[in-house]
Amino acid sequence: MDTKKIKMPYGISEDAITEVEREVPLNEPDAWPVNEKLKHVGKRVKRLDAYAKVTGEARYTSDIQLSGMLIGKMLISAHPNAKIRSIDTSAAEKLPGVYAVHVIKNEEEEAYPVVRYAGQPIAAAAAVTEAVAEEAVRLIKVDYDTRPFVVDIEKAMDPEAPVVYEAPVEQKASEGGEEIESGLKLTGNVRGPNEGRPRGELTSGFAEADIVVENTYRTQVQTHNALESHGMIVDWKPDGVTIYASTQGTQGVRNEFADLFDLPRSKVRVLVEFMGGGFGAKHGLGTHGAAAGHLAKKTGRPVKMMATRKEEQISQGNRPNSIHHLKVGVKKSGELTAIEQKSYGTAGVGLGAGVGGVAQSMYTCPNFKTAQYDVFTHAGPGAAWRAPGAVQGIFGLEQMMDELAEKIGIDPLAFRDKVDPSRVRKAGRKVGAERMDWSRRKPTGSDPGIIKKGIGMAQSSWWRIHSINATAEVKIFKDGAIEVRSGVQDIGTGTKTILAQVVAEEFGLEPEDIMVRIGDTLFPDAPGSGGSQVTASITPAARNAAYQAKLKLFNMVASNLETDVSDLKAADGYIFSSKDETKKMTFKEALKSMPVSQITATESRTKEYDGDYLHWDLGAVQFVELSVDTETGFIKIDKVVAAHSCGRPINITQLESQINGGIIQGISYAIYEDRILDRNTGHMVNHTLDTYKVPYAMDIPEIDIALMEDYNAKSSTDAYGIGEPSNIATAAAIANAVYNAIGVRIKEIPITPAKVLEALNKA
Amino acid sequence: MNNFSWYDATTLKEAQNEADTTVSDMLNKDKKGSSIIKSGGIDVMDLMKEGLITPEKIVNIRNIPGLDKIEFDTKKGVRIGANVTLSDIEKNSVIRDNYQALQLSVSKAATPQLRNMSTIAGNLGQRTRCWYFRSVEHDCLRKGGSTCFAKNGENDYHAVMNNGSCASVHASSIATALLAFGAVLEIALENGEKKEVPIENFFVTPYENIKNENVLKSGEIITAIVLPAVNNKTKSYYIKQGARQSYDWALADVAVVVELSGKKCKNARIALGAASPVPIRANSAESILTNEGISESSAKAAAEAAMEKATPLEKNAYKVAIFKSILQRAILKTV
Repeated sequence: MDTKKIKMPYGISEDAITEVEREVPLNEPDAWPVNEKLKHVGKRVKRLDAYAKVTGEARYTSDIQLSGMLIGKMLISAHPNAKIRSIDTSAAEKLPGVYAVHVIKNEEEEAYPVVRYAGQPIAAAAAVTEAVAEEAVRLIKVDYDTRPFVVDIEKAMDPEAPVVYEAPVEQKASEGGEEIESGLKLTGNVRGPNEGRPRGELTSGFAEADIVVENTYRTQVQTHNALESHGMIVDWKPDGVTIYASTQGTQGVRNEFADLFDLPRSKVRVLVEFMGGGFGAKHGLGTHGAAAGHLAKKTGRPVKMMATRKEEQISQGNRPNSIHHLKVGVKKSGELTAIEQKSYGTAGVGLGAGVGGVAQSMYTCPNFKTAQYDVFTHAGPGAAWRAPGAVQGIFGLEQMMDELAEKIGIDPLAFRDKVDPSRVRKAGRKVGAERMDWSRRKPTGSDPGIIKKGIGMAQSSWWRIHSINATAEVKIFKDGAIEVRSGVQDIGTGTKTILAQVVAEEFGLEPEDIMVRIGDTLFPDAPGSGGSQVTASITPAARNAAYQAKLKLFNMVASNLETDVSDLKAADGYIFSSKDETKKMTFKEALKSMPVSQITATESRTKEYDGDYLHWDLGAVQFVELSVDTETGFIKIDKVVAAHSCGRPINITQLESQINGGIIQGISYAIYEDRILDRNTGHMVNHTLDTYKVPYAMDIPEIDIALMEDYNAKSSTDAYGIGEPSNIATAAAIANAVYNAIGVRIKEIPITPAKVLEALNKA
Repeated sequence: MNNFSWYDATTLKEAQNEADTTVSDMLNKDKKGSSIIKSGGIDVMDLMKEGLITPEKIVNIRNIPGLDKIEFDTKKGVRIGANVTLSDIEKNSVIRDNYQALQLSVSKAATPQLRNMSTIAGNLGQRTRCWYFRSVEHDCLRKGGSTCFAKNGENDYHAVMNNGSCASVHASSIATALLAFGAVLEIALENGEKKEVPIENFFVTPYENIKNENVLKSGEIITAIVLPAVNNKTKSYYIKQGARQSYDWALADVAVVVELSGKKCKNARIALGAASPVPIRANSAESILTNEGISESSAKAAAEAAMEKATPLEKNAYKVAIFKSILQRAILKTV
């Protein structure tokens, strides 16, 4: 590959920004300067689809009505552990208005699957209306052979517990989810351990320590609850299948559907124009997409299957819980000497319940060992959930760091200055401490009165994930239209708008001039919205494509302007010679003068300019101020300050919006959400949104965001994601602030009034 | 949700003729009937969406004239028509100035959107939010089954008193305030006559009848709720604690109505919601305050007394502490 050497901005806005030289592919543009010197990138550009969204013009998957469309409904299991003897669908099939019934079977042996949790999808019916489909589902008779079950993680670990799987289990990770180690041992319901990458030697490490602290932290199962539930419409026509999906990955849905129904991928088109939210569980085809496919194939009509809120909570994925043991040694000087970690978590019938790599990677410590186990229970499967593993891991690690700092008698920020090698977090601690006014933080438990105030902080890390299978096509038309096309989807965070900004910046036009067509697999492939990788993957592709399209245009107009192609520039709506600015024409005139009606350039993301594949350095530092009512046990979050890095920020408003969302979900995880399964029946009892608590408007504090520009010179946009980083540290920061307020550490979330009162009573 | 037919009643008689059962009887598998009345329809919709009831016909009583007024009389008190919405009560200045606890309880109920739709009578007639009761998978005592799943199950939000039979709590937090004011319900009977039922007698404990939460029978319709007159010595307050600050059901709520002479309490009526299967008076707390000055110590003693007989379950002892705290605070807010 031909390359060139270019200078690129490098460093952190809150620290120092210098330049670095990189060897980059010749067909990619020169580096942008820092955001301050750009017109659209790094600015507060209004969401292009804001008007459509707030006026209700935007049509989400659940809004779409096709001609002749049937509505599908799911029959879900009434028992947590059972064999199905028989299923009688005759009454359902006879009901007027019912077009088809599909019974879920194991692919290979064509047998009914074993029921392993209450609420497991069993069969689906498609009918003319939702009410008829529901009635049809009620008429399906299932003969269950019920067995004992276990839904509690600790009971499931008992060797005498009913087993979820008789034989060792292998599953592939859900996209964006934690990697799943294959070939691990299964003992009863316990699978593992996954031992990560140990280093050093624990015994000598702990021997060197002045203080050793050992604790167990517990986190709960969290469900997804996107505003728009999981679901799809499948329209199966003789020449191909069109799927309207509420998905965070168009490619993934297409590939899975094509594989399941043995179709060429080119025969399957997946569309998602507007997405009603996804936090990791909406990657693949899913139970409802597959059922809609079967029903559409049978009936020849489009079939819409959206999960009910109850199904969404039970069967469509969740964040696994964790029982997380940490033993850490520290010297009085503040050096960490050893970290030993052991964890158990349940993703129900699924795998992927680890606590991530944060304890392994975040802090300087020569000796480390981990053993992470999955525990099977008769409960709905886990799935990727905004920073899988890391959120659970940080809840323990960052409370441990707080406790260690206290034990050696230094400030939590000063302690991290000693053990944290991250430059962005160092800058984040400084700016965050100023904005929170950390110096007013009182000694732990010293606030008098019934309502006690506390301040705490916690940190996190996330990878700079990107995919080189990310392609964008930029088309410029003679009539003045500019389009950028990609199969990438806008999960709701504003991907459309940032693509317009990037292309507008390259062309010297306004973002509103750019038509962004995405969320359609007819366009070039791009990754799913998982791992916070979309911005890092697709913005360089779009800029590279815009650059190539621009060069093609320059080649066509250079002679008209009597100048060399290499002297041409595009800015402020003009194309002009950088040597003689009187030689210029408007961009529109240039397009009109094209001898062809359109120019297309298609480019992809290339690998990181510095050759690294993955970097673990998207750092965040969050500070929380809160009040604890020591009589009622209620916690009110007063303020959150969040210092974040995500490479070069593209759209400040959208980034802040995503960080707000991450923090709100972090608050929700810390003090409200909890999936409650009845111990005696195995059913989820709080499957409605009035019993499954999430915060509403009055529960949201003031959120102050310090967004650092973090130039790393890694791609033509040097941008990364914020979706996951924004969600990781909040719960631990809240727990540390609760401790600062009341002087008792609560090591289990959600920190409900019951837990606060119990902790105060024991103290 | 199932398909159903709709009947818009314009008189009480029509509504009584068209409906042949109550929501409670429909939930009880032993009873027959297929048409029910609805006022705001909030709870009926919830029950239908969960598949707990599948009425063939719904009789709308929102358009019956004369049921949507708030009338005030210095001697008789305030008469709130059955179809008056919670929003209208919340905004009514007479209620705000004279019945503060009621105004507070209404303003903390549900959401503004729901308050625009909900009626006061419907609010009293709604069924419990116990998650076992609300689940098609759990055939609980209240629905004609043989088990209370809450007692040895997930009872985080359940009753802390009188929970030996069924541990659910009544859903209406407005009832707590109405009970403290000694409200009386006017009920139209099927034979065209009316009866007056004090709110204390309106609610039915599970010990009396596990399958109903109130005395209403098929063909009976609440027409008004009357609050006795108050004077300028009557002070009241209401506090509700939910799991969050925004829109939520009560984990605990308390209403206090006192007649004061200076700081001295001549008479006290205290009601607790979400403590027991039905809203209850805290008689021992009332006696502690009667003829006593209202102070930190008397408020605390009263709050302790109110919870003396608490019998919390495995997961809800925290509610007892919350009751003590908010009752003490509510009492002190009256002076």
